Formats: sequence, C-alpha cells, structure tokens
Amino acid sequence: MDFYRQQILDHYKHPHNLGHLSEADVSATLFNSTCGDKVIMELKFEKDGKTIKDIRFSGEGCAVSQASASLLTDYVRGLGKERVMKMKAKTMLDLLHATLTPSRMKCALLPLEAIQKCIIEWENRRVV
Amino acid sequence: MINVNQIRKDFPLLTRKINGKPIIYLDSSATALKPRCVIDAVNRYYKRCTANVFRGIYTLSEEATAGYEKARIDVAAFIHAKTDEIVFTRNTSESLNLIAYSWLPDHVKPYDEVITTIMEHHSNFVPWQQMRKTLGYTFTVWNITPDGTLDLDGLEKMVTKKTKLVTFTAVSNVLGTINPIKKITGIVKTLNPGCMVIVDAAQAVPHMPVDVEDWGADAIAFSSHKMLGPSGMGALWMKKEILDDMKPFLYGGDMIKEVHEQETVFHDIPHKFEAGTPFIEGAFGFGAAVGYLGKIGMKQIRNHEKELTAYAYERLSSIGGMTLYGPRNIEYHAGVLAFQMKGAHPHDVAQILDEDNICIRVGFHCAMPLHEYLGIGPTVRVSFNIYNDKDDVDALVEGLKRVKNIFG
Repeated sequence: MDFYRQQILDHYKHPHNLGHLSEADVSATLFNSTCGDKVIMELKFEKDGKTIKDIRFSGEGCAVSQASASLLTDYVRGLGKERVMKMKAKTMLDLLHATLTPSRMKCALLPLEAIQKCIIEWENRRVV
Repeated sequence: MINVNQIRKDFPLLTRKINGKPIIYLDSSATALKPRCVIDAVNRYYKRCTANVFRGIYTLSEEATAGYEKARIDVAAFIHAKTDEIVFTRNTSESLNLIAYSWLPDHVKPYDEVITTIMEHHSNFVPWQQMRKTLGYTFTVWNITPDGTLDLDGLEKMVTKKTKLVTFTAVSNVLGTINPIKKITGIVKTLNPGCMVIVDAAQAVPHMPVDVEDWGADAIAFSSHKMLGPSGMGALWMKKEILDDMKPFLYGGDMIKEVHEQETVFHDIPHKFEAGTPFIEGAFGFGAAVGYLGKIGMKQIRNHEKELTAYAYERLSSIGGMTLYGPRNIEYHAGVLAFQMKGAHPHDVAQILDEDNICIRVGFHCAMPLHEYLGIGPTVRVSFNIYNDKDDVDALVEGLKRVKNIFG
C-alpha cells in the first residue's frame, strides 16, 4: 500500500490545473491504448513565445497518470520550453517520490509526453 | 467434480512465492499456466529427440516427426476433427490471417460483404477490417443486445446472398458470453448456403467440449497457450475441400512436393500451409496439453468454471460500487468476468491486487471496439481455469475491499 501515499491520492482526488484554458495557444492529446489513459494538455505561452504562462489538463486515467499530470502542470508553469523539452523520466519520478514498474512508467510519463508534444507543435507552427 | 488441490500439484508455477506470498492466478484468458506433463513433453524433444521433422532417415528424426504428427492426431481428436484438417500455426491470430490471405482474395469481391461482431478480440476483427482496404468489400459489424449476447434477430436481417463470410467468437474474452454457435451457423447457412462461417474458438476450446461437426462452421481457430500448452503454437481447423482449394499462405521449405526452376508442386494439406521448420517442441507440448485436458474431461472443466463464475458473480456484486459486465445467466457465461469499480481506475486496482500476487488483467483486453460500443473505459477482468477455486475468489474479494478502502 506504500505506493498509494497521500500525495498521489491527494492529487488524484483533487487534481490541480484540471480543466481548459479559454485561449490556449496549443493543445495535444495522448492516449495509452494498453490501459486507456487519455491526457489532453493545453498550453498558453508568454509573449516571448518561450515561457509557459498557463497550463490545464483534462482526460481520464489511473491515479498515477492523473497525479503526474497534476504535479507536472504545477511544476512547468513559468518554465521555459527548452527546459521542459529536456525533462526525462527522472524529473517525473522525483515529483512523484516514487519508483515505478515499467508498465506504470507509461502512465506517469504520459502527461510529460503530452506537454512536449504541445511544445513541438508550437515550434513547428512558428517556423511555418 | 474436479479436485483442485490435486490439480494444483501438477502446476510447478503455483509453488512459487513472491515476497513470501503464494500466487493467485486469475488471468487464464490471457494465457494459461502449464502443467508438468506439458513442460516434460517440450523437454522430451530437447533431451531425447532433437532433430528436424520429415527429413532425417534416422531414429531421432523419426521420433521427432512421430511426436509432431501425434500432436496433430490428438488435437484433431480433441475437437472431433479429421487429422489432416488441422493446420499448425503460431496462434489464433495467425490462423485467422491465414484465411484472410489465402482464402479471402479469391472469394470476396468488391460488391460482397464480410460480417464480424462487435464483441471480437482484435484477432478476429482487424484482419477483416484491414483486408477491406485492398479488396473493397463491405465490412459490417454485428452488434449485441444489452445483456451482452449477439442479436440473432439482427443477423437474420443482415445475411444476404452477398454475404460471403460471417466470422464470430465462440466465447467473448471480455463479456464471457458463450455464443450459440450451432444456431448462428444454422441461420447463416439457411440464408446463404455458400457463405463461409469462421469461429474464433480461442476462449472455448480450453474450457468446454468442442465438436466441430456439431458446430457446423467451416473453420475454427485456437491457440495452444490458452489451453495449458506452449505459446507460439496454434491451430486452424478447416474443412478439407476448402483447404485443398486454397492457395498457400507462406512459401518455402516443407510445403512442397517438387520444385523445378520455374515451377513448384505444393504439398498436400495440411503441410501445404506449414512452410519452414515448424515449432516442433511446441507441438509436443500442445499434444500433451490436450491429453491432460481430455483426462480431466471438458464437461467437468466447464462445470467447475461455471460454479466458480457464479460464486464470483455473487461475491463481487456484494462489494458495492461494482459494475459487472456480461450475461447474468450463468448457462451462457464462461469463466470470464469483467467489471469496473467506482472511483478506482483499473490500473490502480491491478497494482493494489499485485501486492498480494493476485494476477488479473486490466485495460481493453484486445477488444477496443467492444469497449467503445459499450461507451466505457478500461475494465478489470478476472478469468478462471481448472487450478482456481473459491479461495482464489475470496482472496480477490479481500483485495478489492482494500482497493475500496484506498479509493472509496
């Protein structure tokens, strides 16, 4: 029962940044077909186009994916996109204070992958 | 009656402990555990008669060939089929793909129709959905009624002279529904005698008596690993006249009689469809598995699992906050139970149960169209086999109560 410590359960039951942005710059949806987790990320950038001004997530999923999305959205607000693109699994595990089996890693990393997908799309759009 | 305590002794894996706790295996619909006789049969090939089949004029090869072909005889007898109508494949998916590649293109034209059902495992759904893209036929999905059974009235309205194939599962791997195969086959053949009927029997052959003659279908597909045998081994049963008429699936060694510079004469069935050196040890194990199941008796196995399913249905319903899927009538509900628990995502349920080595499956169980049709997310699934008893169900219920304490 160790794993379901209060932090993960709190974020699962009372997630931060759940919902939608009224004027998102970019959004991305990721789906994990093995377990049915779905994460939609919406991002708003500062005028510099580099710093994350605001963020919301929605979708459905297990405690791990939802808590990860809640913790991560808090963490990346105000960060530059380059820094977010460099984030790896370790950042997510540090935020969760947990070790995960390979199958649960996919759940934990889905929100990060969704944010990174948003940033890639944002960059592509600006190049065009 | 099945003596579960006696049976458990035949399964070495069940003596294993993880973190000091025994293993409660409730995922036999995904794959079944292996009895010692299957492990020994595979080992016998490695230790006693490793040699290629059909080639060597020496004792080892003769024994390997005899073992391989004995498995075919045993598997055929197990489903009341003729021996040369059994083609060994890798698994159910490959058996169905064999039909999709070798039969479908010559028999289904763009103005024709192929029907499958919404309750299929992806193995009996994706091949027909995808082949449509090259062959251009109409791909129709037959739906279910609210109690989780196939809509027989609907079928009567669907099948026409243009319907060239109806393919459906004998048992749903999510809902547990046991479909009335003989009845369905009868309806299809009455409306269109020329229509091919295929049954995905992967969840049926391991758990209940199967008689292909009684079913009246043209082909059935199943896997060894779900019936206590090795994985990577499966079978296709198909009527001889259809097999004879079909093009090979894969070309190469073993499937030929003569090869000349510009022409090849193919082997007779079933070898025509078994190109390359086969999974010989897999066949040894497969043969041992049907021998083991046959000794226990398929009627007894079905009765045992029926009793367990009824017990599980009742105990799970008593927890509260549970939504159980599949027919309520246990007479046509196999040993598969899918459910959702209020407030707890299936993945979290699985992880908490895993702390007590309770092995269950969560997700879409390779049946995403069904979940989509039902408008539900992923589910938790438990499934039974001969080595399970009521204690396993009780342990599951205790585990689920812990889940409820955490997420409730």
